[in-house]
Amino acid sequence: MLFAGIDIGSTAAKAVLMSEDKREIVARNLMPSGWNSRETAERLLSWLMSLGYSRDDIRIIATGYGRVSVPYADSTLTEITCHGKGAAFLGGDDLTVIDIGGQDTKVIIIKNSRVIDFVMNDKCSAGTGKFLEVMANRMGLTLPEFFALAEHGKDIKISSMCTVFAESEIVSLMGLGTPREDIACGAVGSVVSKVATLVSKKASSGKYYLTGGFCESPLLIRKLSETLGSEVFTTPDARFAGAIGAALLGK
Amino acid sequence: MADYHAMWESLGMDVKTHDLLCEALPGAFGDVYLSQENRPEGMDYFNMVVAEIHGIRPAELVEHKKNGGKVVGTFCIHVPDEIPIAAGAIATGLCSGSQFWVPGGEKKLPAATCPLIKASLGARFDRTCPFFRLADLFVGETTCDGKKKAWEILAEDAPMYIMDIPQMKRPKDYEHWEDEIHGYLKRCEELTGNKVTPANLRAAIKLLNNKRKALQRLAEFRKLDNIPISGKDVLLITQIAFYDDPARITAQINKLCDELDERAKNNVSVFKKGAKRILLTGTPLSIPNWKLHHLIETLGGAVVCEEMCTGIRYYEKCVDESGSTIDEMIKHLTERYMGAIHCACFTPNFERIDDIKRLAKEYKADGVIDVNLKFCNIYDTEGYFVERELNNAGIPVLGIETDYTDQDAEQLKTRIGAFIEMLGN
Ligand code: SF4
Ligand code: SF4
Repeated sequence: MLFAGIDIGSTAAKAVLMSEDKREIVARNLMPSGWNSRETAERLLSWLMSLGYSRDDIRIIATGYGRVSVPYADSTLTEITCHGKGAAFLGGDDLTVIDIGGQDTKVIIIKNSRVIDFVMNDKCSAGTGKFLEVMANRMGLTLPEFFALAEHGKDIKISSMCTVFAESEIVSLMGLGTPREDIACGAVGSVVSKVATLVSKKASSGKYYLTGGFCESPLLIRKLSETLGSEVFTTPDARFAGAIGAALLGK
Repeated sequence: MADYHAMWESLGMDVKTHDLLCEALPGAFGDVYLSQENRPEGMDYFNMVVAEIHGIRPAELVEHKKNGGKVVGTFCIHVPDEIPIAAGAIATGLCSGSQFWVPGGEKKLPAATCPLIKASLGARFDRTCPFFRLADLFVGETTCDGKKKAWEILAEDAPMYIMDIPQMKRPKDYEHWEDEIHGYLKRCEELTGNKVTPANLRAAIKLLNNKRKALQRLAEFRKLDNIPISGKDVLLITQIAFYDDPARITAQINKLCDELDERAKNNVSVFKKGAKRILLTGTPLSIPNWKLHHLIETLGGAVVCEEMCTGIRYYEKCVDESGSTIDEMIKHLTERYMGAIHCACFTPNFERIDDIKRLAKEYKADGVIDVNLKFCNIYDTEGYFVERELNNAGIPVLGIETDYTDQDAEQLKTRIGAFIEMLGN
């Protein structure tokens, strides 16, 4: 029996297949969640089946906010439990996991590889991936282009707390001729400070560990480490943390 | 359902708009309540009361008024119902728990006002709740700032009487509240034209103590390992207790408890084995606000206790029955109504934290969910201590902020679902 985890997030859908002993990631796949989570889930199933196993050989656990749209899953779990478990697999038994997702950001406290506490941002999208997506869009950039630009920017302060207001603030900054790299850099700084506030709400455990789509953004990791005053660890596989955790929790 | 349109018309209600509420309620009630398996038969009475929530009881109040009786409506459990009852009036709760009334309140109140206050004003100004038409006196209190200022607006349309509740619990504050209750007694006498006698007041104290004892008897079943009744059913009964006839509901609760005694003997549980036991604490859940109980109990949890005004704070402690003069009895009412209710409008309010820890133990809670109605500043702020002290005591706690809409249902599902998963590993 192999174990698969399907994590349908608001922006990206992730799937991993893990070995029988759950020690190794056999295969991974990432695709945009798109408009229709059900279709995305079906595409992930075809991918899984294309690996050469039959459905009966695999136990499938779904997570993420689109977990209900995975009709073929054997069971479902919330993304908090799965992210915690997956992060512990990647980063160690005691962690303060910081997951910056497309729509919400969460801080999960792990002790002895168990979730003991967590906090999520409120309805507002400031401090999430959405915020940066909106800002990049406004500047006519893709997210990777946006990050590349931000690397060369100076830190300026975006004072608006709310995504909608921050967007108009950026428009007026552009109107004033503020360099685009500075604006991008400032936007990343804004997300980092929101995330740090969320982190400060809970007593931390072990080292900081970043999961989610930004685990390959050196600028964000660097800024987050500076703001928290302690190194933030991560690995490229950390974007699969939810799916890994789901697979690990399959029984 | 019987047709109450003529009565509603005669009460000056906006019947057309009110019909929308009447259409929505049965569906919501069916989804949340009637879909439960293995419900006690004794719930039938309460089902019926809710099905005709704006019919049966209002009709009784209309009858009472026809015979010259008066109706007194209240918004806070610090205000003793014994007083209007002793003066021959009917007391009814007026707290509103539906989004239906919120937009009406928003016409007059700032957006950053808690939904309970908005809904209460909306129910009056939009003329869509019979209880808000029937009350001859609306008793407000100076608890939180939101209510305090809202009463001034409500007073433009409704006959208000305001009681000044202290913010601290020093001896002089008790004296002040005692004085306020004396004033309330006078006001109720004026309203009804009846003199309150020691015998009447003693009878009212007994009557309401009996209701409390019945509710506490019901709560005791939730301490069992096999819980014979769902948390949302108990919530419903508590909510109904705010406006139903006290003697009748006491009898109905006791009848239900007899049935539960049988269930307990046979170890009947309405929950799956391993359901996580949740204690709720925080702001009130007024009827028909069943959202959190419903979410928790469909996600594998069992609500075992509410450290709330619509919960244990309403019934756990009784009024001392030993008084023989009016003055003595009012002293005892003061002790109960100020001393035994730990609302965040007091400073400090550490007794509440002690209560939460004690109740978590008594009801064997696996975790605590601290609920805050959006824009309730005092409970939100107190959440700092709730969380810290429960952490120190090793009791898992989840803080949640919500309102009367269903917009956050998905986010709440994730948070509560993750919390229950966390308690299970
Ligand atoms: S929460 Fe406080 S102000 Fe509100 S009803 Fe309860 S005791 Fe009164
Ligand atoms: S919930 Fe809070 S803000 Fe609302 S009425 Fe009660 S104490 Fe006031």
